[in-house]
Amino acid sequence: MLLILLGVLILHLIILILLIVSTAASAWSVGGDRSTDLWYSCMTTNGGYHCKPASNEDWIQAVQALMILSLLFCFFSLIAFLYQLFRLVKGGRFFFTAIFQILASLFVMCGAIIYTVMCPDDGSGVQFGYAYVLAWVAFPLCLISGLIYIVLRKKE
Amino acid sequence: MLTFLALASVVLLGIVPEQSQAIVIYTGWERHALVGSDIRLSCSFFSWRWTSEDVTFSWTYRPDGSRDSISIFHYTGGAAYVDNKGPFRDRLEFVGNPSRRDGSILIKNLEFSDNGTFTCDAKNPPDIVGRPSSVRLLVFEKVPIQAGVITGAIIGVVLGLLVLIVVIYYLMRFLVARRVFSLSVSKHGKKKKEGSQQRQIKV
Repeated sequence: MLLILLGVLILHLIILILLIVSTAASAWSVGGDRSTDLWYSCMTTNGGYHCKPASNEDWIQAVQALMILSLLFCFFSLIAFLYQLFRLVKGGRFFFTAIFQILASLFVMCGAIIYTVMCPDDGSGVQFGYAYVLAWVAFPLCLISGLIYIVLRKKE
Repeated sequence: MLTFLALASVVLLGIVPEQSQAIVIYTGWERHALVGSDIRLSCSFFSWRWTSEDVTFSWTYRPDGSRDSISIFHYTGGAAYVDNKGPFRDRLEFVGNPSRRDGSILIKNLEFSDNGTFTCDAKNPPDIVGRPSSVRLLVFEKVPIQAGVITGAIIGVVLGLLVLIVVIYYLMRFLVARRVFSLSVSKHGKKKKEGSQQRQIKV
């Protein structure tokens, strides 16, 4: 029982770390010496490493908002989990935790989808960076974690 | 004591090396404006010397994508000379105050061809060594959304909805609990009466 609890908690923490890295790192699109989105657009020219703020188009701001929201909801679900762990009635289910976690996974999914559809396709060798991959990895993990919380029950 | 301080400050100002006496010119970095509107390009300077009567301001304009600059404004000898032949004829106005070290100009009725870099150069004789400062003008059809407005709006709305849902949930629980509470009081009262009747019979 303790093992399951520990496993679920570690999974949650891993998801939280993935979301933090994916949201904070500005590496959703990389290409050669350029690395852009979500927050900065950095380039390594012959002079050095220059960063300017990413373009403030509507869809980038939407992706920013969705990633931040998913991070917040994952964090809320962690707090709800810890709270419900000590305060839930015996045999009860972790509904609040599950709801927040599933909402977080939905937000990550929406953010990643919007970015995939709207990212500019210059054709100049621009590929998806590691932050984008982490977002797509975090989405199914978050969903699975939420479903586990639905099934999980507090020990009698 | 006071005279000593005054003397010391005068001496120190005299000793201050020539390099730090360079004039420093301030303009904005970038200006955004709608086509057809007016824009005020500000230019001011910092100089260790008092503002002299021979202070000069001059603005030059370099269109986007061009290498040549054209001079569009010059203030010298107490008089302002605005562009009367170039791209800004009849659209340029001097709105600065040279005695207050302000050499700002006003460009009216912006067009798309006004996109470019405006450079302000001010001289305050004998303090003439300094770098001109440039401000980039961007003319839009409609002002683009500022960074972070939509982000903040989406986050605010979702968090607000969350708070609302939580409040409604607890309110419903509280209301239902009150109704149930009032019901159980009447039931409890009836039970008590029955219990006391039974006891009396037994006795």
